[in-house]
Amino acid sequence: MTEQLSTRHLLGIQDLTAEDIDLIFRTADGFKEVLARPIKKVPSLRDITIANLFFENSTRTRISFELAEKRLSADIINFSSSSSSTKKGETLIDTVNNILAMKVDMVVMRHPDPGAAVFLSRHVEASIVNAGDGTHEHPTQALLDAYSIREKLGKVKGVKVLIVGDILHSRVALSNIHCLKKLGAEVMLCGPTTLMPRHVESLGVRVEHDFDKALAWCDVANMLRIQLERQGSDGIANFPSLREYAMLFGLDMDRYRRTRQAAKGKPIVIMHPGPINRGVEITSEVADHADSIILAQVENGVAVRMAVLYLLAGRLGKTS
Amino acid sequence: MRPVTLLDSKAFGLTVTRLCHQLIEDHGDMANTALIGLQPRGVLLGKRLKKELQGILKRDSITYGALDITFHRDDFRQRSVTAAPSSTDLDFNLDGMHVVLVDDVLFSGRTVRAGLDALLSFGRPASVQLLVLIDRRFSRELPIQPDYVGRWVDSIADQRVTVEWQETEGKDRVLILPRASSTTERTAPKAPATDP
Repeated sequence: MTEQLSTRHLLGIQDLTAEDIDLIFRTADGFKEVLARPIKKVPSLRDITIANLFFENSTRTRISFELAEKRLSADIINFSSSSSSTKKGETLIDTVNNILAMKVDMVVMRHPDPGAAVFLSRHVEASIVNAGDGTHEHPTQALLDAYSIREKLGKVKGVKVLIVGDILHSRVALSNIHCLKKLGAEVMLCGPTTLMPRHVESLGVRVEHDFDKALAWCDVANMLRIQLERQGSDGIANFPSLREYAMLFGLDMDRYRRTRQAAKGKPIVIMHPGPINRGVEITSEVADHADSIILAQVENGVAVRMAVLYLLAGRLGKTS
Repeated sequence: MRPVTLLDSKAFGLTVTRLCHQLIEDHGDMANTALIGLQPRGVLLGKRLKKELQGILKRDSITYGALDITFHRDDFRQRSVTAAPSSTDLDFNLDGMHVVLVDDVLFSGRTVRAGLDALLSFGRPASVQLLVLIDRRFSRELPIQPDYVGRWVDSIADQRVTVEWQETEGKDRVLILPRASSTTERTAPKAPATDP
């Protein structure tokens, strides 16, 4: 009945054990129930101050973290790089240490550079929560994705999950692979060869470039966003046109119906981490279909983030 | 010190029945009253009271719920490990109801304080009362007193009062344990030899 996480920071799913993830999910169940109350707020973190540092744009994740913190009664400060002294040349450690000097206990950080959260955790005292570091990890997204699968299908173990799209640039994909593998799910990746990291099979996943075949295999399809801002960052386009990508790897109603009919009506749970490029990776019809749990993912995000913050706060100031 | 039996299963049953009659005295047919058990151990008493009240009143609709107080505790971060939550199950509207909070042992009063806090985030009950099976007197850290009491105990702080249930431990009884064995309290005491 009393347990704790094996880690003081949430830097990536890679550092968590299956027991940690299970504890986070059980705690999130409790918070989900809190969020259904008329008064959706508990006093657990009323003595904690949390800084949200967003060095990269974000709407959903920032709002979700902010709501989670407010519903735990934490004091929060928000910081985004557009209005900050990083523009004036201050280093990351200096920025964070200055904020911590004002007695901040936890830092939630999004940063464009992979490894920024790990780096910070080695140099500052506070508990660090990674809210996305470049193309590396986005652990809370993976947790809420797996939590949503568990909620919809009752389990994660043995579920066949297909992740489609820009695997190369996706921190969501990497965190999801680690999380789903730790929970015993089967994972398949699908996307153009140019957006598939080399040697990705070494993570214990299958790779399929034929979207129709992949779709026929899966119970859950997680349709990643095509990250337009990261395409062609090495000077070469990763695919010829959005239209061609949509034709080969986009999920539209035709393709969805055809696959369901071939599988005798077996539903496929549709997921998307947002924000959606409607008409590219997924059409509006499918995104708004009854089998889609896209909005449930967003809803669960708050409960899962509350669980993460609550469990990490429980370890603050303890040496063990 | 060996464990001392405070209530054996016969006295246990009589006590629960008496508590039910006391509730009926104050609340009549319990139509506008809700029993709410505090997780985890108050729930067992709450369910027992509900069952017994249904028998006495010949009604099968006693309003009953379970309340988890984990997130409202005031010792969060002072305990060595973080408490994981149990479930809350309140599927009725509290507004205007007479609520009886139910717990097994009242000691410092801090659990009840957290329970009140948690309860009030569900609505505005007409009144809130407290029912406990065991009241450990003279050990309160907050100004909280029960309205219905199964048995009063004057025990020293070092001792541990534990309530065992047919449903979980196989036998209804209340024991006073010395501190030494309290490391295995609650989850373990399946084994203690039958008392003299």
